[in-house]
Amino acid sequence: MSTPSAPPPVLAAPHTYTSITDKIAGIVLTRGARRGWLLGFAIGLALFTLLGVAVTALLYVGIGIWGVNIPVAWGFAIANFVWWIGIGHAGTLISAILLLLRQEWRQSINRFAEAMTIFAVMCAGIFPLLHLGRPQFFYWLTPYPNTMSLWPQFRSPLVWDVFAVSTYFTISLLFWYVGLIPDLATLRDRSQSRIGRVVYGVFALGWRGSARHWQRYEVAYLLLAGLATPLVVSVHTVVSFDFAVAQLPGWHSTIFPPYFVAGAIFSGFAMVLTLAIPLRAAYGLHDLITERHLQNMAKILLVTGLIVAYGYFIEAFMAWYSGNPFERYVLWNRLTGPYRYGFWGMLLFNVALPQLLWLQRVRRSAVALFVIAVCVNIGMWLERFVIVVESLHRDFLPSSWGMYYPTFWDWATLFGSFGIFLTFFFLFIRFIPMISIAEMRMLLEEERGEAAA
Amino acid sequence: MTDLDAVRARLAAARGEQYWRTLEEVADSAAFEELLAREMPAAAVQWLDPMRRRSFLKLMAAALALGGLGGCGERPSEPIVPYVRTPEGVIPGRPLYFATAMPSAGGFGLGLLVESHLGRPIKVEGNPRHPASLGATDAHAQASVLTLYDPERLQAVTFAGAIRTWADFLGAARAALGAQRAQRGAGLRLLTETVTSPTLGAQLRAVLEQYPDARWHQWEPSRADAVRAGALAAFGDDVRPIHHLAAADVIVALDADFLGCGPAHLAEVREFAARRRPGQPMNRLYVAESGLTPTGAKADHRLGLRAAAVAPLARALAAAVGVPGATAPHADQLPARWVEAVARDLRRHRGRSLVVAGETQTAEVQALAHLTNVALGNVGHTVSYVPAVEVRSEDQLASLKTLVDDMAAGRVEVLVVLGGDPAFNAPADVPFAEAMGRVPLRIHLSLYGNDTAARSHWVVPAAHYLESWSDVRAFDGTVTVVQPLIAPLYGGKSAHELLAVLGEGATQAGYDIVRARWQAERRGADFDDAWRSWLEAGVVPGTASATRYVLPRRAPAPSQADGQEGLEVVFRPDPAVHDGRFASNAWLQELPRPLSRLTWGNAVHVAPTTAAHLGLRAEQVVELALRGRTVRAPVVVAAGQAEGSVTVHFGYGGRGPFHEHGFNAYAIRPSDALWSGWGLEMRPTGARSPLARTQHHQRMEGRDIVRAFPAGHEPPRATPEPAAAEPSLYPEWSYAGYRWGMAIDLSACVGCNACVVACQAENNIPVVGKREVLRGREMHWIRIDTYFTGDPAAPGTYFMPVPCMHCENAPCELVCPVEATVHGAEGLNEMVYNRCVGTRYCSNNCPYKVRRFNFFEYSRWNAESLRLLYNPDVTVRSRGVMEKCTYCVQRIVQTRIAAEKEGRRIRDGEVVTACQQACPAEAIVFGDLNDEESRVRLLKTEGRNYALLEELNTRPRTTYLAALSNPNPELA
Repeated sequence: MSTPSAPPPVLAAPHTYTSITDKIAGIVLTRGARRGWLLGFAIGLALFTLLGVAVTALLYVGIGIWGVNIPVAWGFAIANFVWWIGIGHAGTLISAILLLLRQEWRQSINRFAEAMTIFAVMCAGIFPLLHLGRPQFFYWLTPYPNTMSLWPQFRSPLVWDVFAVSTYFTISLLFWYVGLIPDLATLRDRSQSRIGRVVYGVFALGWRGSARHWQRYEVAYLLLAGLATPLVVSVHTVVSFDFAVAQLPGWHSTIFPPYFVAGAIFSGFAMVLTLAIPLRAAYGLHDLITERHLQNMAKILLVTGLIVAYGYFIEAFMAWYSGNPFERYVLWNRLTGPYRYGFWGMLLFNVALPQLLWLQRVRRSAVALFVIAVCVNIGMWLERFVIVVESLHRDFLPSSWGMYYPTFWDWATLFGSFGIFLTFFFLFIRFIPMISIAEMRMLLEEERGEAAA
Repeated sequence: MTDLDAVRARLAAARGEQYWRTLEEVADSAAFEELLAREMPAAAVQWLDPMRRRSFLKLMAAALALGGLGGCGERPSEPIVPYVRTPEGVIPGRPLYFATAMPSAGGFGLGLLVESHLGRPIKVEGNPRHPASLGATDAHAQASVLTLYDPERLQAVTFAGAIRTWADFLGAARAALGAQRAQRGAGLRLLTETVTSPTLGAQLRAVLEQYPDARWHQWEPSRADAVRAGALAAFGDDVRPIHHLAAADVIVALDADFLGCGPAHLAEVREFAARRRPGQPMNRLYVAESGLTPTGAKADHRLGLRAAAVAPLARALAAAVGVPGATAPHADQLPARWVEAVARDLRRHRGRSLVVAGETQTAEVQALAHLTNVALGNVGHTVSYVPAVEVRSEDQLASLKTLVDDMAAGRVEVLVVLGGDPAFNAPADVPFAEAMGRVPLRIHLSLYGNDTAARSHWVVPAAHYLESWSDVRAFDGTVTVVQPLIAPLYGGKSAHELLAVLGEGATQAGYDIVRARWQAERRGADFDDAWRSWLEAGVVPGTASATRYVLPRRAPAPSQADGQEGLEVVFRPDPAVHDGRFASNAWLQELPRPLSRLTWGNAVHVAPTTAAHLGLRAEQVVELALRGRTVRAPVVVAAGQAEGSVTVHFGYGGRGPFHEHGFNAYAIRPSDALWSGWGLEMRPTGARSPLARTQHHQRMEGRDIVRAFPAGHEPPRATPEPAAAEPSLYPEWSYAGYRWGMAIDLSACVGCNACVVACQAENNIPVVGKREVLRGREMHWIRIDTYFTGDPAAPGTYFMPVPCMHCENAPCELVCPVEATVHGAEGLNEMVYNRCVGTRYCSNNCPYKVRRFNFFEYSRWNAESLRLLYNPDVTVRSRGVMEKCTYCVQRIVQTRIAAEKEGRRIRDGEVVTACQQACPAEAIVFGDLNDEESRVRLLKTEGRNYALLEELNTRPRTTYLAALSNPNPELA
């Protein structure tokens, strides 16, 4: 319950330690696979199969089944890659930065946000592999000892990407897993089935909940949060260098690192909202993921949306102000050229719609937030498409101007990547507590402590 | 080496431990140490250390045993036999060059030097000694080697579609000819294309003597009968003009694409381009034409007008220079100012001007052009006349019509068609295919299974010119003996061999036929030497036609202008597939046409105003109707096309591979409007047909891409290469040895596309097909960009060849994650195919977009015959790998090796890239920038030298020389 003057509580409804654990662990242990979950999982699997088909066709026949050509040598694959990686940033921000900033409201969303990050990075990671002409040699981008005595070419942003994305995935996975250990132990202790006890037991790494374990846990968690914090900024900066280091007009822009990071957080929070709102409705988690969470996320969405809007504006202004005819043309082409619908759609979804979040009424409405979040996701994908394709298709020499027409396989790979995400996410919901039990209990502890004081 | 033999003998006798002991003995001998020091100096140093020595011996024992120094145990004896009769001069890995000639369309010869690797011809170059080539080639000659290996070629003698042997054919032919002999050959007809070959001419004459009532007809769809008629009208003599453009200050082209096509066009391009360079008085070119051609693109002043309006223009000019009998047309028909200025310019340059009439124009225009040249005193200076080079110069349309009449009337019993495809390309109102059906025995000698072959009884596979002995005359009469480079791949027969069957009734080898004919002509003991020298040089000296003295007549009366209603249609052979003979050649199919950049198909070229008027846009399909016949064609909105006139290219639509990509213009080409005519109707059908173009945007969009200056106004000479001005984090590259660079002269380039096909042939560049070109994935390493400036109805046109720039600060090198593209020690940007993983970042960062990617497995690994075509010095790339122009690094390396063996530096002009070698205009110059006297270094100091997109600081090694023009101040 909230009054207009006081913000809604982080943890609503009277809860005890037991009730928190019961509720969250119950989703995994007792609820079982209901129809809704089965349907979602089936859709995920179907898309995953579509991806399998698309990838098989790609590996068998060649990159040519996509719409890429000269000059547009990068198309959906790279746009998807950047989009998925960007989505992952919200999870890390919630997990790490909000932890270090002592924002208690992160407790109930950080588990599935971090899971979202990991699965998003997995989805993203397939694209740099698939888009290679000879994907069987992808490992040449890594510095491994080889008979040719060759290092990768370190001036290339793609090599930096390898380090950035692999670091990001590793840290995120570790961070998520370490945080998961106490909960896995809980599930091990509560599980009714033998398999459950064994599997959870193995992954719980022998957690007994002793004081020493907790102390080590806190230290490890804090350290990992500290390691993960710079990643929020660095990973997408490095990804933005894929474009900023190139000299293409429309890519070669110093605003790209902060603009991309802001965009990443923007799209990531939108995805968190897109996941959180249905989850809390389906699993009745309104008391754990409260209106306060939604409002805070909406505010972050608004702020990052404004930064992104600033990025658009300053890019356009600088293109005009620079007097550089190539840059000016890129801007003009975005506004009026063959892909203008993508560009205007992007402005609509990323700049215009999020302005609704100024209204508290909108921030309070879960449905409105969901719609805006989905639109932002689409808008951010459009932004990546605009950046990748529109800058490539008309660059310096008009004789090399061409068009990019996505093929069936482009779409299949894009939607197929959702298959990976949904499959893993539904498995996550089913088998792993989607809210951190231990941290929610800690939150309850603090609130009781405050109430008592 | 006797010590070594002794050692060998000793080792051979040793066994086991004894062997080892013996090896130690061997090692101790002074002879062995000397051998070691000589052969492996590095190992000799190790030798001194006893520990190392032991391990060395262990290692070397096995090697020595394999090398024959050891002799442990019996080895099975497998005698191998070396090349017992090695062909003279063959060193595997080193190509041989043979001089031959290609009979190009029109029957005229183009002298060539063909590169042969181990008995396989793989690359065509021009023969510098041949007057039609001067070392250059055109796109058709470059692509001809693909036709040789084309798996679609006819591979067996067939009768009614069933495979037979040559002996079967001989039997049937003898029987039929026996019957003909009885009636003096009254039912025998021979149909050939234009014949210039002296041997074939002699054979034909012999056959006609044997069968006095037989007839020999000639027909080629690209034949312009008006040339002969015009000469007869002007001089009463069947002569042909030879243009000496080097001496011409003013050139007026009346619908004449002399830079783009014609038997002499390579030589003419050379002479024309030489007069477009600074440092000497520049020529001035006026062009009047209906559709934009490469000649029109190079014009200083171009007038777009309907083909029918060229005759009044010719008359106006003739009257203005004082040709007797020429009357000026009505003033309102032509732009008076233009005509007056041109006439004044011509008069000012008497004896140094030239009027060229297009071969496709009417006889009246041709005659007027001749007479104008005479009146201007140009004869003997810029133009001279020689007798017609063909064995029999005749009105081929009339000849064909006579034949068709005979066939339709049933007077023909045996029809022998040597080459060509008359059933496909005869005029639409001359029913050749139908009439042919009435002939009881039809024999066709053909490369492909085309329409005529489908209607013939006996189809004999033709031998390609690279497989046959023959001879051919160039445009000036020079004879070349055509020698084969490879035995016929599919048992093909040349026209000589087939005619020998008709003449002698027996099989005769082409070699014997040709040689016998020449031996008969040139009697004497030194024939063998002479023959060898002819084959070596590629020309028979002294065979150029002698100049003919001509007496001008009065100007012909103006032809009556018929009701000029509706649209005018102008027929032209397709720039790449010509009259259809090259339609099966994938390189030519994929060759972007010079102005429309169209591939894999033809279209109807419509003027922008006409298109707007009729509501037509590119790729829309229209129905063309002429004299009651229709055909559907896609539209191209062509800049520079004259209003009210559309250009249609014939060559597509027949039977055979790839013909289906275009429409059949022959279906509406009537005999009374073979080259142009009135009354065309164009109706939109609402359908669309995608056009595979490689360049979609032909405007420069206000960017500094092609620089052009009026002559004398170019920037002043630059100081020799200024030092790098931009600061950089990275040190400058230093080049102690060679530093390669290239300069491309935009003033000279005529957009002929020879360089594109030459590069494709030299570097094993795959063909991707129409669907992939539609997707934007063509693979040409060098492309020619065509840019238009100004009014679309009368545009300025520029050709810009764009190969890899080999930038000093290459943006591609920076972003490749696996170092697959690196900076070479001599300045080249080197592409390492086997390291490329295919991220395509290099292509994204290349501002010139010269990189090409193998999106699919484009190289044809499976076609047996096409594998023979690959240049063994160049890697064949597979799927997923990036490729681009390499400055023909294989040629650089070969030359460097040869130079190093001789202990000297590479001389300027020794390394010639494929594109440079093919270019008739000598527009591409390549060489060593560290060589102070190299031509390329000199060219780069010219004021008009600039780098494309130089503000990006890529510092490309390929720079451009701005185009120069010479406008007439009166018309500016």
